[in-house]
Amino acid sequence: MGLLSDPNRRRALINLLTRLNAPICGMPVEWLVKTMQARGLEVYTQRFSRTLPFPDENKERYMVKGTNVYGILRAPRAPRTEALVLSAPCTPGDNNNQAVGLLLGLAQYFRNQIYWAKDIIFLVNDHDLIGMQAWLEGYHHTNTTGMDWSPLQGRGGSIQAALSLELSSDVVTSMDLVLEGLNGQLPNLDLANLFYAFCQKIGVLCTIQGKLQRNDWDSVSGYSHAVQTMMLMVMKQASGRPWGDHGLFLRYHIEAATIKGINSFRQYKTDATTIGRLLEGMYRKLNNLLERLHQSYFFYLMPSLSHFVSIGYYMPAFGLLAVILLLRALDLWVQLATPPPTTEDGIADIEQSSPGVLSVLTPLVISHLTGAALYMLPIRFQEMAVEHFPVSETEAVVLTAIAVYTAGLALPHNTHRLLSGEGTEQGWRVLKLVALLYLAVLLGCTALINFSLGFILALTLVPAAAFVTPHVPKVLSAFVLVILSPACTLLFSVFFFQELQEMPVSFLDGWLLYLSVISQGILDHFLYGSLVYPLIALLVYPCWLLFWNILFWK
Amino acid sequence: KQNAAAQKQAEPAVLQPTPQPKDDFQEELVVRPLHSGDIYASFQFRTLWETDFMRGNKVSHYRLFPKSLGQVISKFSVRELHISFTQGYWRTMQWGQPYLPSPPGAELWVWFQDSVTDVDATWKELTNVLSGIFCASLNFIDSTNTVQPSASFKPLGIGNVTDHRFLRYATLPREIVCTENLTPWKKLLPCGSKAGLAVLLKSEKLFHSSFHSQAVHIRPVCQDWQCKTTSWELRQTLNVVFDLHNSGQGKREWSLFKMFSRTLTEACPLASSSKIYIDITDNPEQFELSPATSLLSQAMVLGDRRTFSVYDLTQQDTFGSVRSLNLLIRWKSTEGDMLRPLLHAERYVAGYGLQTGEIHTLMYNHHPYRSFPVLLLDSVPWYLRLYIHTLTVTSKGKDNKPSYIHYQPSKDRVRPHLLEMLVQLPPNSVTEVTVQFERALLKWTEYTPDPNHGFYVGSSVISSLVPSTVAMDTNSTRERPLFSSFFPCKEESSYFVRVYTEPLLVNLPTPDFSMPYNVICLTCTVVAVGYGSLYNLLTRSFQIEEPSPGLAKRIANVIRKMRGVPPL
Repeated sequence: MGLLSDPNRRRALINLLTRLNAPICGMPVEWLVKTMQARGLEVYTQRFSRTLPFPDENKERYMVKGTNVYGILRAPRAPRTEALVLSAPCTPGDNNNQAVGLLLGLAQYFRNQIYWAKDIIFLVNDHDLIGMQAWLEGYHHTNTTGMDWSPLQGRGGSIQAALSLELSSDVVTSMDLVLEGLNGQLPNLDLANLFYAFCQKIGVLCTIQGKLQRNDWDSVSGYSHAVQTMMLMVMKQASGRPWGDHGLFLRYHIEAATIKGINSFRQYKTDATTIGRLLEGMYRKLNNLLERLHQSYFFYLMPSLSHFVSIGYYMPAFGLLAVILLLRALDLWVQLATPPPTTEDGIADIEQSSPGVLSVLTPLVISHLTGAALYMLPIRFQEMAVEHFPVSETEAVVLTAIAVYTAGLALPHNTHRLLSGEGTEQGWRVLKLVALLYLAVLLGCTALINFSLGFILALTLVPAAAFVTPHVPKVLSAFVLVILSPACTLLFSVFFFQELQEMPVSFLDGWLLYLSVISQGILDHFLYGSLVYPLIALLVYPCWLLFWNILFWK
Repeated sequence: KQNAAAQKQAEPAVLQPTPQPKDDFQEELVVRPLHSGDIYASFQFRTLWETDFMRGNKVSHYRLFPKSLGQVISKFSVRELHISFTQGYWRTMQWGQPYLPSPPGAELWVWFQDSVTDVDATWKELTNVLSGIFCASLNFIDSTNTVQPSASFKPLGIGNVTDHRFLRYATLPREIVCTENLTPWKKLLPCGSKAGLAVLLKSEKLFHSSFHSQAVHIRPVCQDWQCKTTSWELRQTLNVVFDLHNSGQGKREWSLFKMFSRTLTEACPLASSSKIYIDITDNPEQFELSPATSLLSQAMVLGDRRTFSVYDLTQQDTFGSVRSLNLLIRWKSTEGDMLRPLLHAERYVAGYGLQTGEIHTLMYNHHPYRSFPVLLLDSVPWYLRLYIHTLTVTSKGKDNKPSYIHYQPSKDRVRPHLLEMLVQLPPNSVTEVTVQFERALLKWTEYTPDPNHGFYVGSSVISSLVPSTVAMDTNSTRERPLFSSFFPCKEESSYFVRVYTEPLLVNLPTPDFSMPYNVICLTCTVVAVGYGSLYNLLTRSFQIEEPSPGLAKRIANVIRKMRGVPPL
């Protein structure tokens, strides 16, 4: 590999990088088009606009308008059937200038090579994920999130793999690989292996979750370090949000990862040339692929970059948790099937044998209606809330969500008011049986799609589901049940995540973070189609309400 | 009938003092510098032979015409044969229209004589023979990728048979073209690659390019303007585009040596004409040419009036004092825009997931004020099940109803979908044709050895008569007599263009072949070795076999049996 061994090219790249240090971002579209054209690429642009359901206070955006610029390097004598993508988000400010510069430098170098068998698309996307979403939707001509975009003019066939490049600082000491995508989807493990192999070859420090690999596996500290790294991955995956621009590619069955250059304040520094060599190597390997990446793991957890835990090891852990629910359900089933012991008078309790469909159906329907309210109301009522309360739109949405959630806790009383008769002993058993099976199916399906989310939910919901009956001490149980509810799980997860990242926060900061996480979760759903928010609101929360209902069974 | 008449007319001619049927060979190279800085070179070799392969006329003496192809024509009663091998995709928007369009991969279309009774069997045999001649995988052409277009592929030679039962069309989009296809192609030339323009055809340079296409076209043409007799025309063409950055080291300067790493020293001695044309229409503003030539030629090419510098290789003074011709083209400036091609098309697969999808075909009409009709031909393999009721044609946001639709549904594992439409493209517009499809689940033996690569869908073919750009400038500033320019002349007002879209690569739902393979192998072994032997042990009853008694003993036993005494 001779990247930038030529002094002229090296000088050109350095010139480019220094020029980029001037604040040009905020997408200098014309400049990018001209620069890419000068490098012999076919350049196209795509305009897009999107009005967010409510303002995003983290990134300070509401009505987003932007332009993606992409240049296609046509592979010689290739029929435009396959393509690879290299993208760099160009955010306002000069955050990612280095990455854009490196992308252009690589484009120039790649253009003069003859070995390409797949078209290579160099994409500079505006407004990071929103731009990426617009570009991918345009490329595949789908519209899942109701965004406005102008149709793409040039394409390169089916995209085989993609890398997204983020260099957040001028000084890069190590390269970090980000794998977690939308809805907890992961790219093929071979992509991670490829990255690791090339980092080893070139001698670049590589990390995952920002954590360097340690060699002392057998020691306690080494083991806990690995566990910490893996827990970080579990938490990130469970969040269901794309942790880099690559996350949106996975929906289209395109293997993708984000490579982040991070400054971890080590002595060892990596220059742009080395990163360029790393990318060149990876692209040449991907270029040589005849088939898509397959026959490797799509379901894995990584305690370090060179090790992984396969689905065969982690699924039993979840299976054991789910078995509790099934055994409990079986127990209830047996109890319901055996005839109630006749009292000494010889009169069987006739009411008990027929709990009635209504007594089960009513809580089910009402709790789901609450869930639907939790899903719909926050967005619908934001304007009204802003008018009547001194809050911003974002706060209005989050606080409405919390209010609806809390209001749901008052349900048992309302449910019983609707029911004609008294709740019977048989009644709560049937309801609990239904709820247990419902939870088991729900968690099972979730774990198949997003293991981490399913596992974290199972950890909290399964104990709650197992112990709750109307006969346990009310106040204590109610407290425990609230602690184990999905919202509190989220709160604990926020603190736990901060702890894992070695950035512990005070309770107040944590609470603010919690609020912003909720708003981000709702935004992820509306912007990119993340399924965590509807899953929690429409299915998990109603299911938890059923158990709440059982606790307050009269 | 016409042929028979022609035959009768031709017979006395054979008895003339020169009984040898006349044949003729021409070679020609056209070089077109492209605005992108790339350069396009197009070779054409034309062999004309006044003979008749048909009606039991046994032709055994071949001079310029390749014998292998002559035998193919007479054995399979071929009326017209067009075959092309292409590596790469023609970039219409950067390069303009090619002189001879071809789709990526291999394309073969053949018109058979109406005397052929079993066209399918003949076609099958023909593809296998051609596969051998051109060293290509044409033997993979079978009924699942052959179609009979009703309108898109009309005969290019003379003859009035247009019954499409005698037409077969097939593409192999996956075919990879390389030196092993070039060598047999070069061997068909009378001079081989020994002399003439063919010395430039060195594979190490031809395949170091952005686009490479080679083709063979055989058709009957008129012998003279009265068209009483026919002759056979064989055209071998080779098109290649060299890249500015890869082959040209980024310098806008091309020479024959830089392109082909050879220079020319002589024409093919068998050729009656051997010429090089350089498209200098944009000269002298854009580039300079050396050595200069005084010979100029004007021609209407693809609806545009082009000027060419001509180098006649049969003239000795063309080669100058160094006895070798190395043309040099040097750009002076990079200014100027290319005339935008009036018609171009692209195609892609929309949607995600492995269940359904949508094929989008976009056809651009860049003409500022004229609409024109195009014929769209789509041949889609059976494993993409087209939902033809979802077919929509829209231009400028409005429904555009095709005036002619010919649709032949597919049959699983037998034949592909064929969709032909005549669509009117409004001026300055994009017309979008969409159709949804479902991906079929194949049987496990039907997957290719690399199923995760995806499956190819051949290019769509768009054929059209496009209004020419010459007719476009109504207020011509050219020096033309006024009486010639009021009514547009029909020949110049439109020209035929065929545009191919890119092929598609579609992923089908693919089982994880590693898992079933392991499971099948393991279970088979376990069943065969473990269970089989155990079952054998448990069910078989073991008996000690008596050694067979001798003959005397057997006879004694029979007698004892008759007597009722227990046997020995």
